[in-house]
Amino acid sequence: MMTADPNLYDYWPYRDRPKIVWPGEKKLAFWIAPNIEFYEFDPPVNPKRPGWPRPAPDVVGYSQRDWGNRVGHWRLMELMDKYALRGSVSLNVALCQHHPEIIEACVARDWEFFSHGIYNTRYSYEMDEAQERAVIEDSIRTVQDATGQRIRGYLAPALTHTPRTMDLIAEYDFWYTCDLFQDDQPQPLKTRSGKLVSMPYSLEVNDVITYGALAMTPTRYADVLKRHFDQLLAEGAQSGTVMCIPLHAYLVSQPHRIGPFEEALKYIAAHKDEVWFATAAEIAGHFRENYWDQSLADIEARGCKRAGTGFDDAAA
Amino acid sequence: MMPLPENHLHYPHRRHGMDQSLYDWRPSGERTPINWPGGKALAAMIVVPVEWHRLSPQGKPFRHPGAMVTPWPDLRHYTTRDYGNRVGVFRLLDALAAAGVKATFPVNATLLERAQPLIEAITDADHEIAAYGLEADRIHWSGLEAGEEERWIGETREAFANAGLNPRVWMSPARQQSFNTLKLIAEHGFDVCLDWEQDSVPVPMRTPSGEVTAVPLYNELDDRTLLVDRRQSEDEWADQILEAARLMISETPRTGGQVLSFSLTPYVSGQPFRMHAVRRVLEALAGNDGVWSASASEIASAAR
Repeated sequence: MMTADPNLYDYWPYRDRPKIVWPGEKKLAFWIAPNIEFYEFDPPVNPKRPGWPRPAPDVVGYSQRDWGNRVGHWRLMELMDKYALRGSVSLNVALCQHHPEIIEACVARDWEFFSHGIYNTRYSYEMDEAQERAVIEDSIRTVQDATGQRIRGYLAPALTHTPRTMDLIAEYDFWYTCDLFQDDQPQPLKTRSGKLVSMPYSLEVNDVITYGALAMTPTRYADVLKRHFDQLLAEGAQSGTVMCIPLHAYLVSQPHRIGPFEEALKYIAAHKDEVWFATAAEIAGHFRENYWDQSLADIEARGCKRAGTGFDDAAA
Repeated sequence: MMPLPENHLHYPHRRHGMDQSLYDWRPSGERTPINWPGGKALAAMIVVPVEWHRLSPQGKPFRHPGAMVTPWPDLRHYTTRDYGNRVGVFRLLDALAAAGVKATFPVNATLLERAQPLIEAITDADHEIAAYGLEADRIHWSGLEAGEEERWIGETREAFANAGLNPRVWMSPARQQSFNTLKLIAEHGFDVCLDWEQDSVPVPMRTPSGEVTAVPLYNELDDRTLLVDRRQSEDEWADQILEAARLMISETPRTGGQVLSFSLTPYVSGQPFRMHAVRRVLEALAGNDGVWSASASEIASAAR
């Protein structure tokens, strides 16, 4: 049966929530998610979705993404260094084998890694539980071996999920998922076990969406990022908000785009007194430690708590 | 090859006026001029559609705008739509309150219980709530089995009654109707409808169960269409609404009062980066002496 309501979280009105204050009395937690991805030249074709829009080899698509790894990431890293901003890397973990040089450069900068699957051309559709567990275990092991870090976050490859995804990552002691876009604040998720936070990933200002689906020019994207930031910063005085900029170097690092993008980054970085510049794991950790119980209590007090956990069909 | 059947060259409704009997033909120059309350030139109807998009849409007879896109489970689109009902709509409520503007909120019946704090926030702020069918994936159309549409409308009426609400305004999911929709909503106590936009003033619609007033809602100013489908910028969107207001106010001496209407879809215009444009539109309308900002039923009543 295809569930109508995922029931992964309860309805929670944005207005009058109990106050979140980020470390250092900051109003907005800001993080950057460089997606460091590997798209295969000739991937097996998932029954629900081919790996490439054109028949493989999709030469322009493949080589543009390789450009991102050969040129783009390095350009983006330099820019982030300039403003002392650390990344939380959305990683196709096979990149640890293909391009360890990029991984080493991120480790040297004390960046965080979270799993974005093995390859961005391998989707979760139609996986059974054992297969999905294998992907998660591979992700944990591969990043641990390459960097010493135990990953705590997840973003399903190409945003493809199964009904089990959240329960599984919660069971493997992940702290957060970036897969759900229902809010500008973290919220506890309803999983069978564990303590999994829904981390705001700001998909609407993701460069794939803005340059692609919304056809924005580089200067318009910079303006949108500033506007987005201004609004969330103002609201953060009521209760701390989260803003993420999800990026893909093969897009944002293009020579005609990164200049205007820098203007947005410079603007945001100038608000040091009001903004907590953090990694996703730092934000999730702080929320789990300090605001998990208060959030659940408020949801219940407002009559929004519903039975069950994600995809258990209690809400059907 | 067989030619077309004979009825393709047979024109039974070919006569002066409309080809249906729901309402009469009336060119704008022949209208009795409307005087809005307070001598205002333009009635502004702001519509905030509150929709629930299920993870498993049937998509019959078409996918509702905003419906799921990728293979199930499309958590991406489910949660981005849900963002509107949890977060975006409260930004819109704040902006409406700051400008002192009243709006009309069509609500899918399935959200009355699920998002009860939102319903309270809408009614506490004195906005009008309209019935918006059961949910986005229950589209009214002529291919439904007999009795199905009437059952849906009855269930919608009942759900609102259970929530202590008695709306007189109806908007159909995706603003799609069957040939019977107007009659059926009239039977269930709705006398204002937001599905039609055949004039720039409200139009009385005849049904065997009484009159329904169609208050026009302009599809060509729909925020989702302009900002997402047509990729226009927030400033371009805002400029078009304010230009429409300017033009229709300038026409008033010869046309009488008209209606300006547009949607603010919570998951679209309630995005943080779009709120500056929403505020600009609302402040400009609120600050314009020629504009009467009113709910759908206030506009329908004033036009009668």
